[in-house]
Amino acid sequence: MTTGAPAATLSLDEVDPRTSARIARETRQDWIFRWLLFAAATLVLVLLGAAALSMLAGGRLAFQTFGWNFLWSDVWDPVGKTFGAFVPIYGTLVSSAIAMIIAIPVSFGIALFLTEIAPTWMRGPVGAAIELLAGIPSIIYGMWGLFSFAPFMAANVLPWVRTHLAGIPGIGALFQGPPLGIGMLTAGIVLGIMVIPFISSVMRDVFRTVPASLKESSYALGSTTWEVVWNVVLPYTRSAVLGGIFLGLGRALGETMAVTFVLGNSHQLNISLLMPGNSIAAAIANEFTEADSEVYLSSLIALAFLLFVVTFIVLAIARLMLRNLARKEGN
Amino acid sequence: MVRPIAFLGAAVCALALAAPVSAAEVTGAGSSFVYPLMSRWSADYNAATGTRVNYASVGSGAGIAQIKAGTVDFGASDKPLPSEDLAAAGLAQFPVVIGGVVPVVHLDGVSPGQLHLDGPTLARIFLGDITMWNDAAITALNPGVKLPAEAISVVHRSDGSGTTFNFANFLAKVSPEWKSKVGEGTSISWPLGVGGKGNEGVANYVKQINNSIGYVELEYAIKTGMTFTSMKNHAGNWVQPNLDSFAAGAASANWAGAKDFNLVITDAPGAQAWPITASVFVIVYKQPKDAARSKEMFTFFRWALEKGQGQAKELNYVSLPAELVKQIEKYWAAEVH
Repeated sequence: MTTGAPAATLSLDEVDPRTSARIARETRQDWIFRWLLFAAATLVLVLLGAAALSMLAGGRLAFQTFGWNFLWSDVWDPVGKTFGAFVPIYGTLVSSAIAMIIAIPVSFGIALFLTEIAPTWMRGPVGAAIELLAGIPSIIYGMWGLFSFAPFMAANVLPWVRTHLAGIPGIGALFQGPPLGIGMLTAGIVLGIMVIPFISSVMRDVFRTVPASLKESSYALGSTTWEVVWNVVLPYTRSAVLGGIFLGLGRALGETMAVTFVLGNSHQLNISLLMPGNSIAAAIANEFTEADSEVYLSSLIALAFLLFVVTFIVLAIARLMLRNLARKEGN
Repeated sequence: MVRPIAFLGAAVCALALAAPVSAAEVTGAGSSFVYPLMSRWSADYNAATGTRVNYASVGSGAGIAQIKAGTVDFGASDKPLPSEDLAAAGLAQFPVVIGGVVPVVHLDGVSPGQLHLDGPTLARIFLGDITMWNDAAITALNPGVKLPAEAISVVHRSDGSGTTFNFANFLAKVSPEWKSKVGEGTSISWPLGVGGKGNEGVANYVKQINNSIGYVELEYAIKTGMTFTSMKNHAGNWVQPNLDSFAAGAASANWAGAKDFNLVITDAPGAQAWPITASVFVIVYKQPKDAARSKEMFTFFRWALEKGQGQAKELNYVSLPAELVKQIEKYWAAEVH
């Protein structure tokens, strides 16, 4: 411990004054360090609270004017100054749901392949490629969606969808309308492609943490690769995998530019996934600069607050699911 | 009502003020429609005089907000402010250049200018009243043009815009139903259709969706080779969208009778006038805080209006008629101190 005279450390009563000064200094440093960490953590809470409060304050006029009606009215009329958030909320949830239906299985496949099946020489390059994909700006995805993917959807995918799915009772209503190529389905698929890198890189990292001894024991008992994955890898990493999925979902809910390009930005309520819709983030990006009345601007800020609330609810559900899983594992 | 954009404007101004005051400087913000011309004027004027004119293309609504907040020397808007609003904020306004909005279609086998539409029919299409291209109302205007028995896909702007304002203003003038159901504004509640962001967004959607119709600035229709339509104007004549028909629209508008130039020149009465002609307005303070900057600004606009016609024509804008320029200069002398 000390570099001073060894005799001085033998008794606490006779501490070398240099050592005691050093202890005092280190205690002080420790104290400062602790407070710095505390401040860093508090800063997040303060920022979160301040953001939520200022959005609520900005949207107050809209909430006062329209009341609860703001949540379920599908009217968005800048001329008549009547606003309702139902269409953007619906669009945000539906496009994110489509994205998740696509992204979760694909990401799961990518992560499993990279950790369990791929030859070692492939893991590095493919892993790096996924991280590069995560770094592409969303506007690039949007432009690709508009110039390449939407025409492809209109020419090849949507006609098939209309002839084969539109007739099914019940879900058929989801697949009706002209094959514009621009709409909820296209937006959901583009979103799905965008969040795959996020979910799959988290999954890959956590799959790697499964101890080799566990997997090898299972293989030794005669398990197939699938059985090892389903019975060993997934249960071991379950909570982290869910965390990765919700990271991707959070990103899908708030995505702006890519969605704006391919969603169609229409404020009419359409059940069909082939028709244009709107999302909260896209509506704000489109309309903020030209919102020419107080209540219009306030409604857009209120939309931002609702996006915050929606994201919060989704994350809260994620936490609950995790807690239930943990409890089940305990039994 | 403080927006991030206003902060940005403030930051830009602060930077501008902090810079060494070697050359005079003027800042403006607003309409994205006039941006290409403003930057061209600004570059040529800087080369000629050394005065820098910085123009930020932030949208008309944000331009109005910034001039009201006093963060810029002038704002530019595609939509004129009513005289009462100007008076309340101590502002003056004048037009600087003319442009126009053009309906564009995507119909196989139809060439630019071949499809003929009149105002009421256009309004009924955008109201969702006429849904098929072979509707009797359209075929009656287009004898000899083969129109498909396909549904019409409507494309409009998703962002608030002066283009939308002028288009909706025209439809409101020619269709009572449009006026009562939809009205006019930079953002409106569209009865149907797909929304594209910006002129380029609408242009792309129209190109990609078969049997669609949308509206863009002339510049975009020409640059991207789109199929524009002929329109029937107020005088009952068929006109093609081009600089001549825009100029005819601007010349026939009753500027002399409009206080503070508060005039939207759609549906102008001239025999050859394009019906959806539009003008861009500059908004300034009547009693500017910084008289020297204000003087520089007016010198710039005087130069632009009197000597900047060449640049305007090159970029597919129409310069103001000489008489209107004289009227504007008289207005400056009377209103701005």
